[in-house]
Amino acid sequence: MNWKTFLAILARDAHVARRNVVALLFQTFLQPLMFVFIFGRVMVGSGYMPPSYKSLLLPGIMAICMVGTGIWAVAMPVIAEFQFTHEIEDRLLAPMDISWLAVEKVVAGTLQSLAAGLMVIPAAWLLLRPGVDLRVPHPLLFAAVALLVALFSATGGLALGCSMQQTHIGLMFSLIVAPMIFFGCTYYPWSALEKFPIMQKAVLVNPLVYASEGLRATLVPQFPHLPLLVVLAVLVIFNLLLFTAGLRWFYGKAVS
Amino acid sequence: MLAGIRTVELRKVYTSPPPVAAGGGGFSFRAPGGKSKQPKPQITALDGISLEIRPGEIFCLLGPNGAGKSTTVGILTTRVRPTSGQAFIGEHDVWLNQVAVKRLIGVVGQRPNLDFNLTAREILTFHGAYFGLPHHERMKRAEALLERFKLTDRADQMVRGFSGGMMQRLSIARAMVHDPQVLFLDEPSAGLDPQTRLLLWEIVREYNQTGKTILLTTHNMEEADTLCQRLAIIDHGRVIALGTPRELKASVPGGFLLQLRFGLHSGEFLERLQKLSGVREVRVTDGVGADVYADRGGSLIPEVAHLASASGVELHDVHISEPSLENLFLHHTGRSLRE
Repeated sequence: MNWKTFLAILARDAHVARRNVVALLFQTFLQPLMFVFIFGRVMVGSGYMPPSYKSLLLPGIMAICMVGTGIWAVAMPVIAEFQFTHEIEDRLLAPMDISWLAVEKVVAGTLQSLAAGLMVIPAAWLLLRPGVDLRVPHPLLFAAVALLVALFSATGGLALGCSMQQTHIGLMFSLIVAPMIFFGCTYYPWSALEKFPIMQKAVLVNPLVYASEGLRATLVPQFPHLPLLVVLAVLVIFNLLLFTAGLRWFYGKAVS
Repeated sequence: MLAGIRTVELRKVYTSPPPVAAGGGGFSFRAPGGKSKQPKPQITALDGISLEIRPGEIFCLLGPNGAGKSTTVGILTTRVRPTSGQAFIGEHDVWLNQVAVKRLIGVVGQRPNLDFNLTAREILTFHGAYFGLPHHERMKRAEALLERFKLTDRADQMVRGFSGGMMQRLSIARAMVHDPQVLFLDEPSAGLDPQTRLLLWEIVREYNQTGKTILLTTHNMEEADTLCQRLAIIDHGRVIALGTPRELKASVPGGFLLQLRFGLHSGEFLERLQKLSGVREVRVTDGVGADVYADRGGSLIPEVAHLASASGVELHDVHISEPSLENLFLHHTGRSLRE
């Protein structure tokens, strides 16, 4: 393995992300923070939502931000660089096995997703306070869940980016990402679906459910949540599946 | 270390899913018992290409669009998997030893593929970084290449706004940053103005003088003729001629080509044409024309005209061309390179 090449390509991605930082910040945070403001501040302040909703909402918003950022950071460049600008060709010719380029994309996406997740906590807290009750009893477990969620977003981005045509980008967001967010237990806990038993079972195929529930379990364990062990196991399985598929599809796009 | 290029019986067959029409969109009728899936359409891009390009040589692949030039370059640069056969850069098998091969080669693709998120200088310095060049070294090389390719005044601008010619120059500069032993240029002068083309040729020769091997593809005969030391003419995935431009031009029977167009076909006229002194070969192109390969050009015209009037054939058009690669291609394939 050629680490010099790997790190140089990672440095290139960091350089490009730095150059686009303002646009990236707006793209990542504007919509979720508006949601936090309306539902967490306005609706709670006016009495339509209970005050505890503030703490319940925050982990879900964090999951949305992380997954959205990771998918966007990996899928969009993969789609554009292969099909539109072909600019990935220079990196495909770098002295490194082609599959490591896919690994680099996943690492870059994971780092961006983690950064988004860590930045949204203080931002949402500032918007919502007072009355946010974050407990974090086991910081290490929280870190493990956050890392798995970030990896999921990046491997998901790789698999999506390698299987989507450029013309289907709009569909990707309206058919895959949007339903994933709404049925992903982001704005409500999984236990809230008890009155909708079929839906409660059906949403379990959605990996975002485990991301939100996992963050809920480690940030605000006072609310009901899925068992942490189940969350960790399912996230690991999703990560492995998406990574394997993404890697294979990436190779298929790179070599004809 | 000098490195040459060698290919052994390279074949590449592309398979792609059948188009909607072939797959039975709308109404379709199946043959009785037709349970088997429709076979995937197969396109044979390379049909057994064997080449030996010596270290330090400027070698050219000449052929029309779709002849297999880019597929050959794709296989030699690790981006296309050969269906069968082998390709070597230096002593490394390209498919089995990809990383070692990638260190030895520089590639200028047929379509622009610059990194639109970077400035011209960054494109060169990051490329150097991918190949492990230390910081000061890649800065120095980037500066020198920008200067050589006349891009210094735009060095710190994003390349999105560059003209086609500037992008092409930068692509070539990028391929040279890590000082590769073998440089691939796939249709490098397509879309370049004459001045830039001359600059490109000068740079290619200069690079070659440092002992580097250069493989370029083109459908421009002038480029192949003036720049290349040896060339292979390929068509339909096969090598149809190989040698130095001089050898190849000399291999056309007679060298000169007279393309005649006349009103009515006359067997007697064609027979008598064949007997004129200096005429090597007469080929009927269609009902109303003939290609005459001969040792001489202009001096044959009065005799041809005389013969035509004696045979009652009216000449509509006569075109003389001197020994050229174009004639060679026409001789082998019956088609013009420009078609």
